[in-house]
Amino acid sequence: MNNAAANAAGDKAVPVMPAPAAEAQLVIDRVSKRFGEGPGAVVAVDDMSFDVMPGEFVACIGPSGCGKSTLFNIIGGLQEEYVGNVMIDKSRIAGPHAAVGMVFQEESTFPWRNVLDNVAFPLELQNVGQSERRDRAQKFISLVGLQGFEKRMPSELSGGMRQRVSIARTLVSGPRILLMDEPFAALDEQTRLLLGDKITQIQQELHQTTLLITHNLTEAVQLSDRIVVMTYRPGRVKRIVNIDLPRPRTSDVVSSPAFGKYVAEIWGDLREEATRGMEEAEAGAAARGKTARG
Amino acid sequence: MADAGAGRSRWAAPALGAGSVIAIFAALEILLKTGIVNRFIVPYPSAVLLSLERIIVEENVLGRVGETAFEMFFSCIAVILIGVPIGTALYRYRALRRAVEDWVAALAAAPLVLAFPLFLVLFGRSSLTIIVMSVITGLAPIIIKTTEGLAGVRPVLINVGKSLKMGDSQMFWKILIPAALPVIFSGIRLSWTFVLISVVGIEFLINLGGLGQLINDLAERYDLPGTYAAILFVVGVSVCFFMILERVETWLRPNP
Repeated sequence: MNNAAANAAGDKAVPVMPAPAAEAQLVIDRVSKRFGEGPGAVVAVDDMSFDVMPGEFVACIGPSGCGKSTLFNIIGGLQEEYVGNVMIDKSRIAGPHAAVGMVFQEESTFPWRNVLDNVAFPLELQNVGQSERRDRAQKFISLVGLQGFEKRMPSELSGGMRQRVSIARTLVSGPRILLMDEPFAALDEQTRLLLGDKITQIQQELHQTTLLITHNLTEAVQLSDRIVVMTYRPGRVKRIVNIDLPRPRTSDVVSSPAFGKYVAEIWGDLREEATRGMEEAEAGAAARGKTARG
Repeated sequence: MADAGAGRSRWAAPALGAGSVIAIFAALEILLKTGIVNRFIVPYPSAVLLSLERIIVEENVLGRVGETAFEMFFSCIAVILIGVPIGTALYRYRALRRAVEDWVAALAAAPLVLAFPLFLVLFGRSSLTIIVMSVITGLAPIIIKTTEGLAGVRPVLINVGKSLKMGDSQMFWKILIPAALPVIFSGIRLSWTFVLISVVGIEFLINLGGLGQLINDLAERYDLPGTYAAILFVVGVSVCFFMILERVETWLRPNP
């Protein structure tokens, strides 16, 4: 693992990222992104570096407004202009890339297609024959536990089921990197834990390299091999924490003392950032109120 | 028991609607009989209903329905073929949208029917005049709703398309159009309503063609029951037209 040396003193923190390893599948190398110019410019992401190894599950965690979604859009190729390099197999990302499959925070199933047609959609774009399309889509529908719901429309499914359809649709085209932006943000805690189990199971079954963007501590520790803790604006790597919990994991892991220790430790870092974020937001609101009152 | 209750409630609303119409007709009949309403201005509802058979048999109603349907058909198709691409262009090119959006909205409110002398000069006293005027009348809602529907597609669906490296054409046909279809359909319904009003109205105004001309003929003969019977017939045809349209829409429209 890339940060092994830095973590030799314990499985805790890496303050600064070392140079990316050659065998990394995804390399984030000194990535920055600024919106606007002049005094009103906002630096969303600043000089971020880390990498993701093949088959590894990495989570990026940070308070709201720390630039997580900007980072997600850069890695997914939706934000084409940025400073630094996002490399996949030594090629720089400057647009959507076939190797990256994206799962979005918002509900993204197509309401006019049933579950089977939703999942088969990427294969339809690749002109895969109908029977092969059906077979491959069926495999991923089963993988996310939705067998029997193939003919249902998204409006007939729960939020958690719709998100599983989105995950199956992303996986069906065989991306080398699965990139997820808070996919369970809109779900309740119990569904979130159970879907976490499903994600862990899929990741273990497919050895899927995964990068999860989240602000949920429990989710990050439950699922990840490593967690990149981000600072509040501008988003920088505060430290990288190795999660040394045994695999295969289930949601039962949340009751273990080691899990609690990781959560407490990361929260120690996050609290400082979240507090800063909240104070800045309150100061901004107060300034706006003052301006409005004239 | 529950099924019987559901069955009753399903029929209750239409029965109430039909009952209300019958009650209004009965009340009008009484008001006319008692002289409260002048029978030289408003005919007896019973006489209007009895005239229905007469105008159907004697006034070649089926032929006239055919003529109106012909004009409607071409106008409705043309409205879609012209309106949807214009709406799409306004969505695609923001500068164009900013330039003409207000004009299109104004077109929806403009009483174009008053311009019929101009169209008579341009196209003569023919079905073409009726079709061209009706198409122009029906264009605004479909243009506005097409633009609105495409602009209202959730950004996440577009991002899904981008992440799958879809080209512009694929994005348009496989994501934008299906996602915008419910709103476009509401534009089609509005446009076709405008087209129907326009077709019958202009037929009436220039005394040409189908059902509009029939109303004009009967009014000029001062056949009041016949005139109202013809109006009633047009209303019936419109109701049938929109019931069929609703069915087609349900069939084509993706589930929400």
